[in-house]
Amino acid sequence: MRSVEGALLDFRQLERLAERDSPLHHVDARAKILATLVFIICVISLGRYQLAALFPFFIFPVVLIAGGGLPVRYLVSKILLVIPFVLVVGIFNPLLDREIVAIAGPVQISGGWISFFSIVLRSLLTVASALILVSLTGFPALCRGLAQLGLPKVFVAQLLFLYRYLFVLAEEAARLKLARDQRCFGGKGTGLASFGTMIGHLLLRSWERAERVYRSMLSRGFAGEFHCPSGSSFGVGDTLFLLGWGLLLLAIRLYDPARLLGLLLTGGVQ
Amino acid sequence: MSHHIVEVGELQHQYADGTCAVTSISFRITHGEAVAIIGANGAGKSTLLLHLNGALAATAGTIRIGDTLLTPATVPQIRRTVGMVFQNPDDQLFMSTVAEDVAFGPLNMGLSGAELEARVVAALTQVDALYLRHKAPYHLSGGEKKRVAIATVLAMSPDILVMDEPTGGLDPYARRQVMELLSGFQHTRIVASHDLDMVLELFPRTIILCQGKVAADGPTTTIFRDRELLARCRLEQPLAMQGCPVCREGAKQ
Repeated sequence: MRSVEGALLDFRQLERLAERDSPLHHVDARAKILATLVFIICVISLGRYQLAALFPFFIFPVVLIAGGGLPVRYLVSKILLVIPFVLVVGIFNPLLDREIVAIAGPVQISGGWISFFSIVLRSLLTVASALILVSLTGFPALCRGLAQLGLPKVFVAQLLFLYRYLFVLAEEAARLKLARDQRCFGGKGTGLASFGTMIGHLLLRSWERAERVYRSMLSRGFAGEFHCPSGSSFGVGDTLFLLGWGLLLLAIRLYDPARLLGLLLTGGVQ
Repeated sequence: MSHHIVEVGELQHQYADGTCAVTSISFRITHGEAVAIIGANGAGKSTLLLHLNGALAATAGTIRIGDTLLTPATVPQIRRTVGMVFQNPDDQLFMSTVAEDVAFGPLNMGLSGAELEARVVAALTQVDALYLRHKAPYHLSGGEKKRVAIATVLAMSPDILVMDEPTGGLDPYARRQVMELLSGFQHTRIVASHDLDMVLELFPRTIILCQGKVAADGPTTTIFRDRELLARCRLEQPLAMQGCPVCREGAKQ
């Protein structure tokens, strides 16, 4: 099992990526959120046998990773974390759907395998786009973007608090774990009993901390309404980014360049 | 300048579990005074401080800030006058960047635009932390967190500053930085602390709390000379008044 500190460091790494400086990092969060949304809708709206049509969509993550100077290996390692879940979701497709829909030389490919790989690819694409969005924007800016797009302030405040206190809570958990492990010998004492009380302690401590945080908010004039700091303004570059990607992704979705290329190569296009 | 006066009369506080943290506390602090509140753990220091801006409601007794009696109706007004710096800066810094955190209070006071920006810059400059403005609070060191926490309160331009353990858990350099800040303020200052050397250096007046009551209230130097009183209140003289241990050893030989 990975340590709490390790997970925390990993999360901070994502945050550091958002602090980098590239033209894509400067694009308004709203433009990036909406472009990613269009991308995800286009990808998941494809039919389950449209495997080839998914490949042109790789242009979105590839261009953003390259343009933003994001570390490919790190992102791939994060994206691969979801693979087990995806496999569980899709693994029965080849067993249930055995109808042969394609023949590649001596290999007969059933519809189940096509839809299985389609699920895997779509998961990879959508998870990658979400991760890239966070890496290029940063969580706080993302929340501000969502607020500007109309997400109720109370949800934005919740997300920001979650983000702020995730680290504090995780560090507290790490300290508790360290304190316990120092007094555990030969695996004794690491069982459910001590785990249960530790979780209980964490809950109580978080509760008390929440009270203190609320008190400090009240002391600074908080009266029920959370004033979200305003984000940046939407410039020409942001509009171009959104329009460019929006049109390109819609075009890929509607005209399926993979099929067109296939038809062109096999002489199907007159 | 009567709004800088803090007057506490027969204050009592009983927590929901029946613990009586403050049994009877009265004092009056006038404009520009720097007062330290000292006492053993559990003497009622933090409970007392939380009453000064209405974070806790008194079970009995009165609190007057200037001409205003603290009541539920006057709490918002009093919170503008009394700035509270909490013991743990992690509880005070809850926004995602330092600048946003410092802007939180002024935003709630209705400031915006250039005026807000000027307040944030001025408060951060005052604590020498302007270079941290875009940082996330969890990336700061203990001393930086403390200074930013002070800035979040300064940004609201309070008349009275109340601080719980301002030097607690800081390294000597960061402690000295905070102390220099404190000595530069013109506000009425009320500080609860176990750092008795800081108290001796910066606060001319000291109030000792013992079991929820005022055990002594007077000039710091007089109070710190009374070893018997200090011992009774589970305290001891500041190290600066205890003499050099090396010289003491030398004198014995």
